[in-house]
This record gives sequence, structure tokens and C-alpha cells, in this order.
Amino acid sequence: MKTQNKLAGMLSALVLVALGALMLSRNVSAAGEGKIAGTVKLAGTAPHQKPIDMSKEPFCQKLHADHPVTLENVVVGSSGGLQNVVVYISEGLPVAAASQVPSEKPKWDQKGCQYIPHVMAMDVNQHFLVTNSDPTSHNIHPIPTKNPQWNKSQPSGAAPFDVSWANEEVSIQVKCNIHPWMHGWMAVVKGPTAVSDSNGAFTLDNVPPGSYTLTAWQETYGTQTAKVTVAAGKPGTADFTFKAK
Amino acid sequence: MQAIHKTIFLSMLLLGLGLGVGVAQNAGASSGYPTSKNDFTHSEQRGHGLYLRYCVGCHGDLGDGEGENAPYIDPKPRNFALAIFRCRSTPTGTLPTDQDLEDSVERGLVNSNMPSWRPTMPYDRKDLVAYIKTFSPRWKTEKPGTPIEIPAEPEVTPERVKAGETLFQKLECWKCHGVEGRGNGPSADTLTDDQNRPIKAFNFHDGTRFKCGSTDRDLYKIFMTGLDGSPMPSFVDNVKPDEAWDLVFYLRTLQPMKTKAKMIAKQLGLRPINPAGASAQPPANPENK
Repeated sequence: MKTQNKLAGMLSALVLVALGALMLSRNVSAAGEGKIAGTVKLAGTAPHQKPIDMSKEPFCQKLHADHPVTLENVVVGSSGGLQNVVVYISEGLPVAAASQVPSEKPKWDQKGCQYIPHVMAMDVNQHFLVTNSDPTSHNIHPIPTKNPQWNKSQPSGAAPFDVSWANEEVSIQVKCNIHPWMHGWMAVVKGPTAVSDSNGAFTLDNVPPGSYTLTAWQETYGTQTAKVTVAAGKPGTADFTFKAK
Repeated sequence: MQAIHKTIFLSMLLLGLGLGVGVAQNAGASSGYPTSKNDFTHSEQRGHGLYLRYCVGCHGDLGDGEGENAPYIDPKPRNFALAIFRCRSTPTGTLPTDQDLEDSVERGLVNSNMPSWRPTMPYDRKDLVAYIKTFSPRWKTEKPGTPIEIPAEPEVTPERVKAGETLFQKLECWKCHGVEGRGNGPSADTLTDDQNRPIKAFNFHDGTRFKCGSTDRDLYKIFMTGLDGSPMPSFVDNVKPDEAWDLVFYLRTLQPMKTKAKMIAKQLGLRPINPAGASAQPPANPENK
């Protein structure tokens, strides 16, 4: 009889602990309304972005005939905002928030012999779609160092590839060997992340309250970090300024 | 009396042997030769010895492809620390099987400085592969991919050769390999490998052998799995097994040897494909727009 009581007591304790854990994890996701917002700017004159010669792919050359495409190593908007900067939380994120993988699948499109977007940020193990909108073949060749390298042909009209990366890596260079001017970057991080828009603005969503180290990565200028605190109901702000070399 | 002499002689002999073995075992530490790590298996240990004898000159002590001959070699020796291999039976992005690596060692890689190591014994190549795998941690955390399935080779027919020609145009193989398969397509002169080093597209008129073998099955494997680390992508997602055989037969017509496929091409009067017709079609899948 006694042992039975003991067993029942232990069981109920276990159930309580489990319930508590569930509540805690719920709390974390409920606190997901927290945000970190800010802008990235470039100080100084942006380097000249050379126009791309697409004469080897007549279709793409014709497509961009009115407005020649340039390199995208440094893209600055009219207000001096720096585009295509990956912003992510590099320190301080609780494990529960870091291990949440978004279910939406971002699209990495090959269109007009360019990667759209040029820079994409995603979560570890988050699935994304590689599509080809061109009437020409592309080979998609990401060259990571912390993930396995692969290289797949995607002919015109082929079905999208549904792929993901298993390890954190900022950033993976992607190229097309058929069209050597095509290149882009994939940033694989844990937790909330964003890529700055044409005004240099970015917003990280679903950030639980806490103190964090934020890292901004730009393909030409490298990384910068900033400390930021997010309180309940009060979004954090962080601005970055990269210096033109 | 003689028995005593015999005993003394034998014990001296044994003592000498023992000393000799002891000295040999310590030689590694004192002679300046690199000593093996202690956690090697027997096979890895043996492979290490063979590696120092046959491979270290090009692939280097650390297996990073920076051996003393490396500066004079093009294409560069493989960096085993990356564990990225051209010749695989497994899908792109996965590790090759041991057999794939042993085959590469045995066969050598045509158009490179990697010779055939067929004179070594099969168990030597097994041990070498075991040792090569100690250079990258990927072998501890990942398993080799599942080899792609290759159906039995069908009979070569004019229809199949024609279908292969259509694929060669549609998949735009000619962008790098050229309309005649001479490795001189419009994208050929800008090709680089994963380390950004210039690399050549394969010229089908060069000879009978490919980088990863010379049989029809090898050719099938090459374009279906792709050659990882090089610009050659994998086509397995977009080419059906039956179509792949068609392409194999067409590629055979580009080679210099007299094959059945080449005879058929002659009868059909096949000419180099017309690149202009290839990129003029609109995308077949409207969802991608």
C-alpha cells in the first residue's frame, strides 16, 4: 500500500513538472511579440557597381536592355540606407526561442539571370524553395564551408527544389556556373533574423524580452555588433553604420 | 654441451629480435618521421603508412591537397579535409561510399595528375581510403548517401540517340561542353571550381575515358550525381532514368571511338545541335513565373 502511495505521489509530481514546463514554453512563444527594429546606413561614397555583361545569355540581355543590371556588392538606397544586410541575434537568445523553426518557405528565385533576392536569411533547418523563372537552364551551386556543398541543374520549367541547411553559417555564397555573373548569399542563423530593405530598415519579429548581441553582416564590409535590450511591450532598437572603404 | 650452446645461441637471437622490434617501434618518435595518432584502427594505421609512401607528395601531410608537388599541378590535388569528392555513386551534397573512393584510387582521374593505383592491392586501397577518411570530421557525423539506382542498360536505337540529342539541347549541356561536345561552349571559358580556380569543361573528342570511369554506367552516374566541387551539376532531379540512357547514347556519338551509337548517328546524319533553338522556348511551368 505504502509503495503505491509513493508511486502515485511521484507520478503527480512528474505531471506537475511537465505541466509547468509546458506553461513556461508557452510563455516564451507568447512573448514572441517583442521586436527589434533599426536601420543600416553607409557612411561615405558607395563604390561604383559595374554593369553586368549578359551577352552570353541573349534572353537575359534582351530582358535588361533598357536598364542594365549592375553588381550588387554594395546596394545603397536614396536615403543612404544600406540594403541586403543580414541582421540576427548572435548572443543571448534562450534555447527555446533559438530552436523554433519558422514553417513558411521563403523563395530563392532565378529570374532574368539574377538571384532574387540577392541575400536571403533563414533559420537552421528551415525549408526554402529554389525556383527557376527563366526560359534557360541554371545550375544552382551553393558553396558553404559548414554545410555540405551541392550543385544541381534546374532546367527551364523544372519543379522547385525544396531544400534546407542543417548548420549555422553566415553566409553561404551561391553561384551559377553557366552564368558566372550570378551570385548571391544565404545566411543560415538560429532565431529571428531579417535582411535590410532598400531604405536600410529591418525588423526582427518574435523576440522574447531580454538582452542580446545583434550582429549585422554585409557581403563587402563584414560584420558589426550592437547590444540591445527588449523589455515586455517595449521593442528594442539598434542602428548600424558601415564605413565605405 | 652442444645443447647448452644451442640454448645460448637461441636466447641471444631472441634478445636481438626483441631489441630490434623495440628500436623500430620507437623510431617514429626519435627519427623525425611523423608518428601516428594512437586512436587509429589497424586499417587506418596501415593506410597511413601507404599514404606516406604514395600520396603525401601531392595531397600533403594534412591531407589538404597542399603537398610539395601541389604548386605545379593543375587541376589541384583533392583536399581531403573538405570531404568533397567528384566521383560518387551517391547524390550531390552527400559523402561517397568507400567503394566509390576505392574505385577512384584504382582508376585514377583522367586529365589530372592522379594516376591509376591499380598496382596496389585491393586491401591497400581499402586501408588508404580508411586513412583518407580521418582527415575530415564529416565522416564521423554523416553517413554516405544512398547510391542512385541505375536501371539495366537498354538497347541503343536511332530513336534513343535522337532523344538524347534533344536532351543535350534542352538541358543546355552545350552551354559548357559546346554544340559538338568539344568543351568550348559559351560558358566554358569562365568556369571555376568551388575554390574559384579556373577549370575546363570536358571535351568528348579527347578520348575514351571520363573523369569517373569509362563505361556507360559510369557516364550515367557522372551527369546524374554531378561532380561535386566542380561546375558539373547533378541532373537526377530532372532527368528520368530512361531519358538518362538516351543521353548516354547521344554522348557516345561525340566520342572518337566507333560505337554502335556513333554508327547510328552517322546513318541519321546527326549534325551539331543548334543553340539558337534551345533557349527560344518559354518556361513550360507557369507556376514559376
